[in-house]
Amino acid sequence: MRAVTRVIAELCLPVGLILLLFYAYLLWGTGAETEREQQVLQHRLGEVFDRHDRHAAPGEVRLGDALAMLRIPRLGPGYRFAVVEGVGPAELRKGPGHYPGTALPGQPGNFVLSGHRTTYAAPFNRIDELRRGDEIVVDARDARYTYEVTRKDVVDPGDIGVIDPVPGHPGRRPSTALMTMTTCHPEFSAAQRLVVQGVLVRREERHG
Amino acid sequence: MYRFLWRRLPGGTALRLSVVLLLTGVAMAALWYVVFPWLAPRVPLG
Repeated sequence: MRAVTRVIAELCLPVGLILLLFYAYLLWGTGAETEREQQVLQHRLGEVFDRHDRHAAPGEVRLGDALAMLRIPRLGPGYRFAVVEGVGPAELRKGPGHYPGTALPGQPGNFVLSGHRTTYAAPFNRIDELRRGDEIVVDARDARYTYEVTRKDVVDPGDIGVIDPVPGHPGRRPSTALMTMTTCHPEFSAAQRLVVQGVLVRREERHG
Repeated sequence: MYRFLWRRLPGGTALRLSVVLLLTGVAMAALWYVVFPWLAPRVPLG
């Protein structure tokens, strides 16, 4: 019995080290993976912006491909993420994802994004710092869309009304262009969802 | 347990130490590049 206890106690050391290593992987290893993906996606997006196929139907974007560039000035000049199409685990490893079937940038309805809060470069880690009136800039193929934050809330994971075309009013026909960003809340937990919503205030055609 | 494993390793201290470091490195690489990427999406950390 004593020998068994001793072996168990000795096994605690490698198990503890493995858990520490896993924690380091979650915080930094996943971030490095996402940053590599982002470099590729942002480069491809830059090529799309430079070409003259800006009027290609946005629906042509495949799952996992870059849809638009997201910038939030409140979170710093270096804050920019390529938004990918899709919100499955494989897509969210690359960066914030667009819920398929929800509105596209600038369209009437709800342009819904989801992103990680603590892992995979944590694109939405600091969206809790956003205040009413802060700008969210979305560079899409055809134009630059600027949204202004109107609301911030914490909801249960099952509260899917926040992604309705008119949030909280399923079935209602949208007349304005909204955007919603969702992420896990609190940090290091998926118990709730932090939701930041905004309304489109400006559309600028990109030239050149 | 560690003393038992150490005695089972071949060669002198230098060789044993090399084997331990090599095995540890292989195990860490397998964890970092194979096990953790598979496990990470299943952890509800957000």
